[in-house]
Amino acid sequence: MTTSVHEQKASVTENEVLLAARGLSKSYGQVQALRDGSVEIRAGRVTAIIGDNGAGKSTLVGCLSGMHQPDDGQLEVDGKQVEFGGPQNARDAGIETVYQDLALVDTLRVWQNLYLGREEGVGRGPLRLLKRRTMRQEAARMVGALAVNVPSVDARVFGLSGGQRQAVALSRAAGWGSRIVILDEPTAALGVQETAKVEEMILGLKEQGLGLILVSHNFDQVLRVADDVFIMRSGATVAHRPTQGTTGQELVSLVTGATVDLLESEHPTKRDDTE
Amino acid sequence: MSVSEKTSTAAATAPSTPSGGWRGRAGQISWPELAAPLALVVLLVSFGIADPGFLASGNLAAMLQAASILVVLVIGQTFVVATAGIDLAVASTMTLSAIALGEAFAAGAPVGVAILVALGTGLAVGAINGLLIAKGGITDFIVTLGMLSAATGVALIVSDGKPTQVIDSFLLSITVDGFGIITWAVVLAAVLAVLAHVLLFRTALGVHLLAIGGSVRASRATGVRTDRVKITAYALSGGCAGIAAVLLVGRVGAAEPASNTSFLLNSVAAVVLGGVSLFGGRATIASPVAGALLLTALVNGLTRFGLSEFYQPLAVGVVVIAAAFLARFER
Repeated sequence: MTTSVHEQKASVTENEVLLAARGLSKSYGQVQALRDGSVEIRAGRVTAIIGDNGAGKSTLVGCLSGMHQPDDGQLEVDGKQVEFGGPQNARDAGIETVYQDLALVDTLRVWQNLYLGREEGVGRGPLRLLKRRTMRQEAARMVGALAVNVPSVDARVFGLSGGQRQAVALSRAAGWGSRIVILDEPTAALGVQETAKVEEMILGLKEQGLGLILVSHNFDQVLRVADDVFIMRSGATVAHRPTQGTTGQELVSLVTGATVDLLESEHPTKRDDTE
Repeated sequence: MSVSEKTSTAAATAPSTPSGGWRGRAGQISWPELAAPLALVVLLVSFGIADPGFLASGNLAAMLQAASILVVLVIGQTFVVATAGIDLAVASTMTLSAIALGEAFAAGAPVGVAILVALGTGLAVGAINGLLIAKGGITDFIVTLGMLSAATGVALIVSDGKPTQVIDSFLLSITVDGFGIITWAVVLAAVLAVLAHVLLFRTALGVHLLAIGGSVRASRATGVRTDRVKITAYALSGGCAGIAAVLLVGRVGAAEPASNTSFLLNSVAAVVLGGVSLFGGRATIASPVAGALLLTALVNGLTRFGLSEFYQPLAVGVVVIAAAFLARFER
């Protein structure tokens, strides 16, 4: 136990394993949503989790973020076994989640959203008087450190573009000394330009040494942004590939569990209509 | 794409003032929130020109006095509406609190204790509303509608349907003494409004009230204890109803099991006039208070112009629907 490696934890070394899950399972009544979820998250790397609908991605990620409690399996943070009773436990361990709907309150201002639930104030308890100036300055710094062309921290969130909203949610997740940020389909609702900006922000966080988990349906994006890919199929992690050296074709075949028939993949399908 | 270069410079030169979007506080007040104060000024000026007696100190005193109770109720209602709820029980909670005060007083309790009983009754009724809504998962509309009836019923049962005289010099002085036309009741309402403003905009609880009004889901995801905040909003409303009951008993000189329906309608009306979003998440204190003053001045003016009192509900109704209609065009 007393290896010197563990004492060097303060300085985040590249590729250090921050979070490891092994053999996680979770059932809802008769339905086994997760059979064997395994994943390894390293510092300074983007780890993608891909899979078809119902493959168990959400359940696995839910276990990592403390939303779900696995029935079985192991969860390790910094090599130490942990159990998350709820999202707050995960947050305390440095794991933040950016939900698909971003969990922003549209009617509040940007700085209020960044500090929601952890407002700084004078005194204690719910009646503590807010340090508004401090929070607004710090919020501006948090958003400014992440993105160019940032919204004013005094703007209400409902007036922001999709990309700006992502920027707010991302800087909130990354700005609290967190080390792992889970991104659930971060660009599903965004246009091309906004998607590019969000990907830029993700890479920025990676540069800062955070471990990022990217749940995405977009294999091109995964290949562009991620360093590692974990592939899930019917509730289990079936493969792990470094992004370098893999192809979209291979990912598709791993996700579907079939070898790819080149002819079939180029067959005209209904997707043509949507172009 | 020189992504790494871009982000590192962005991180290094983090701007102290953010660019883009609206700057400063100029855009922080929306015009529905300005409508009630502006309409109040217009109404005071035009009624004052048409009838100089309208702005005479005697009439101003009467209006302020009449408005003080409504203002206190409106403050409570604003907290609830800010959380995207509604408290249909404010007026009947006030009635029940007044009866509680009267019964305690009649039983020989000192007036201070009787007042505490009234406040405690209001708080308790509000907290029950909040518990049923937050923990019981019943719609706010149904819970407070039920409480409207239940509280009125309890008030009738306890009082046996009869008013109780409350003759006390302290209660009387609240509504009579003060600084000229500014009686203690008016001072109390004003102080409460200031405290409510501080609570809503300067405390963590205030942000959380507005946050759960904006999105319960997002608030919960970020660690806000949404149930507690919701219960607090209704308890605050009940507490305000308790305070209003004290002013009411002081003014009437008795605790009456009357239904006070107009107070309910006017409290919701003032909140709507004050530009508070009924969908929650956006609220001020000053504008609903101005809305309460506006409604009071409107009713007073119409009475002075000799319009039958039957026209008052019609006038209030038209004004409120017009205000809600105008609020639709915001943003």
